Parts: sequence; C-alpha cells; structure tokens
Amino acid sequence: MCLAIPSRIVEIKDRMAVIDVDGVRRECSLLLLEDAAVGDWVIVHAGFAISRIDEEAARETLSLLREAAALAGGAPGGEPPAGE
Amino acid sequence: MATRHSAEYRDRHLVQELSSRIRRLSRRPLRIMEVCGTHTVSIFRHGIRSLLPETITLLSGPGCPVCVTDTAEIDAAIELARRPGVVIATFGDLLRVPGSRSSLERERAAGCEVRIVYSALDAVALARQTPGREVVFLGIGFETTAPTVAAAVLAARQAGLGNFSVLCLHKTVPPALAALTAAGDLRIDAFLLPGHVSVVIGRRAYLPFFERTRLPCAIAGFEPVDILQAVAALVAQAETERPQVENVYRRAVAEEGNPAAQRVLAAVFEPADARWRGIGVIPASGLEIREAYAAFDASRRFPLELAPAPEPRGCSCGEILTARKTPPECPLYGIRCTPSDPVGPCMVSSEGTCAAYFRYHDASAGG
Ligand code: SF4
Repeated sequence: MCLAIPSRIVEIKDRMAVIDVDGVRRECSLLLLEDAAVGDWVIVHAGFAISRIDEEAARETLSLLREAAALAGGAPGGEPPAGE
Repeated sequence: MATRHSAEYRDRHLVQELSSRIRRLSRRPLRIMEVCGTHTVSIFRHGIRSLLPETITLLSGPGCPVCVTDTAEIDAAIELARRPGVVIATFGDLLRVPGSRSSLERERAAGCEVRIVYSALDAVALARQTPGREVVFLGIGFETTAPTVAAAVLAARQAGLGNFSVLCLHKTVPPALAALTAAGDLRIDAFLLPGHVSVVIGRRAYLPFFERTRLPCAIAGFEPVDILQAVAALVAQAETERPQVENVYRRAVAEEGNPAAQRVLAAVFEPADARWRGIGVIPASGLEIREAYAAFDASRRFPLELAPAPEPRGCSCGEILTARKTPPECPLYGIRCTPSDPVGPCMVSSEGTCAAYFRYHDASAGG
C-alpha cells in the first residue's frame, strides 16, 4: 500500500497538490502535511502526502555511504565521494 | 523506473559495499524480522537475501495490513455489503481476501455494491454524490493509513454528510512488536522497523517497546541501499551489544514523526484491543472511533456480530505471518493456492509473504 518512491509537488490549490510521479501527474491531499511547498519532494500514501523529504539528511546519508565505499576500495558510484 | 531520491539508493557500488560490510561485521547468527509488507516485497524484488551472509536470516512478520485483517472482520464487511442501500468503498487489495464463506469480490459479482477507491477522500466524495445511499469505507491499515482515514472523517463532518461511515479495522505496529517478542517460541533477535509507519509515529514511538526488550531496531526505507544499511546497523548493534532504535531513513522519518498526522489520528481514533489474523487479540493494538465521531462509525450505526471465524481450511497464514513457517512449508502453496487462485490473504495481497515468495522466489537465492 505504500508508494515507496517520492514524488515532487508541481502545484498547490486548496490543500490539494498536483504531484509528478515519474512523469505521471496525480493529485494528493495536503491535509496531513504542514507547510508543503511547490518543488518539495514528498511521500504519498493512499492519496495523502505524509512526509517531506529532508534534502539535507538525504545528501548527508549518501555522502557518508559513498565515503565508506571509497575507503573500502570500491569504485564510487555516480558522483565522486564528498570531500568534507 | 526510479527517480531522484530512489535511484541513488539503488546504486550497485553502494549495494556491494554494504553487502561486504555486513559480511565483514557479522559473526553471530542474527534473526531479523521486518514488519512491513513493502519491505517484504522489496527484499524479494531486489534479491536482498542473496546479498547477506549465512549468519543473517530475514523473517517476514505481520506487516501486510490486508493479511492481518481477521476473517471475522472480512465477514463483517461482507455482511454490511449485503445490506440494502449500502455501498462499500474500499482499497482494491481487500476485495479478494477470503472471509469464512465469501469475499467482497464474490459479493460484488452477486450484485452488492462494492467500489474501489484510491483514497478515503474518494469515499467521502462518493457519499456526497450519492445522498440516498450509505457509503461505508473499510478502514484498514497501520499508522500510515489511519490518519488518512481520520482526515476523511473530519472532511465528512465538515461537509455535514450523514451517509458516510467507516468500519474501523486499523491496527498499530508497536503493540504487535511487543506481542511478537513475548511469544516464547519465536526467536527474533532484531527488528527492521517499517519506513512509512515511522514517518507518521516517529522514532520516539518505539522507545517504550525498546526499553522493555533491548532488541536492536532500525527504521529503514525501501530501496536496496536503505535495507542493507539498516541490516548493517542491526549487525553492528548486535555485535557490539549496544542495541538502540536507529533511524537510517532520516530523509523521511523525523524523531517526532508527523505531528499533523498524529493530531488528526488522535482526534478521531483511540486505542482499542484488536484481533490479528493468525496471532489473536493483542491489547491496545487497534484503533476505534471516538464517541464524538460515533455518527461516522459503521460498527455503531450498523451493529454487527464479530464472531471469531476460522482461517480458510488448510491455510497456514497464521504461521506465515509470525514467521513460524515459510510459504513452501504450507501444503497448499503453489498447488491449491496461487496468486490467480488464492486460498489465504497472504497470497491475495501483493504485499503478502506468500504472494511475494511466489512471484520472486526464483530470482532470490536462499528464500
Ligand atoms: S500458501 Fe496460501 S494457503 Fe498457504 S499460507 Fe499462504 S496464503 Fe495460506
């Protein structure tokens, strides 16, 4: 029942959002999510946005993982490991 | 097709690195239970078991909301569907779940009105469009779905609808975790906690359960990297004997969860005992509609007898849901019970363990 893939909000009207799910437009309710804005990536469940993706947490997780992969000698994926 | 925030978490190099990290770290046997149907499917689809060392066993628990819906609850829905003037609105995956004698699909074929909706708000819209009919929405699902149904109840009240009600069959996850660990014969060493239930209830909601059991716990997303990262976290906790409730799905799950969803849920529902298929009654593991919203409660408006009903003959769903058996150990599996002709709910729902096993088993070594 969970749509595991996040969708992006492209339009908001009256606490309803138009979302883009992999190129397909759908509607979802914003009644359960405070302060949603156009451009946010959200998780949608049974027609309601229930969470906003925290971009900073996402970046941090990935750079830690890539760093660990680089240290372990594996070829880094997609991007070079973050250098901070 | 994967998009941003999912493609990165399928990166093959990261998957390989996590897999070898787990192999390096893992010494002692670890039995990890996932309690989320979306995890179950993802583990099969991505062949996660084949990436893990022999020390690690992944057990599928009662994480599919359709599968844990009790036979008697399906019977109640069927009884409602048969009443004149009633339109049942439901998520599609409940249609084929067998009750003790029939299913909603069969009732629909026999002339009852059963409509599939995508959202509980669609059921409210249906009630608005059909003022002469009683629209009863079947409220199933865990904490992820319950707030959406609560929001629909609030919307129905605001619209002044007198013909919308909910048959509330919702269940909640933390009490089930406690019941599973209390079952003496089930050896569970660690929990992979559900991603989107946690989105709503937050990491904090697991702490009382954790304090009692001190079992390693990790909240995980649904992509291969998410799941492997959580397994690596659980292995590290177990090997160092430093259990905790670790949130490895930080991009979606906050410490406090989603406060708006919690508020809506608590406004409409309160905890109640609930019967889980194959497990039995677990105290305070369900939700019921508060007195203030009694007008929207189908069980108050249409009093029903919820007599306990047996599972379909020969079906081992009870043992499957508690990981006491794997699907091939059910004598009906693949012979009398297949996704096109299912006997039990675990084969009906695409998130059911039997259905996932049937669909993906050949691709996933070690089942
Ligand atoms: S294979 Fe079918 S009959 Fe057996 S436990 Fe699974 S759903 Fe039930």
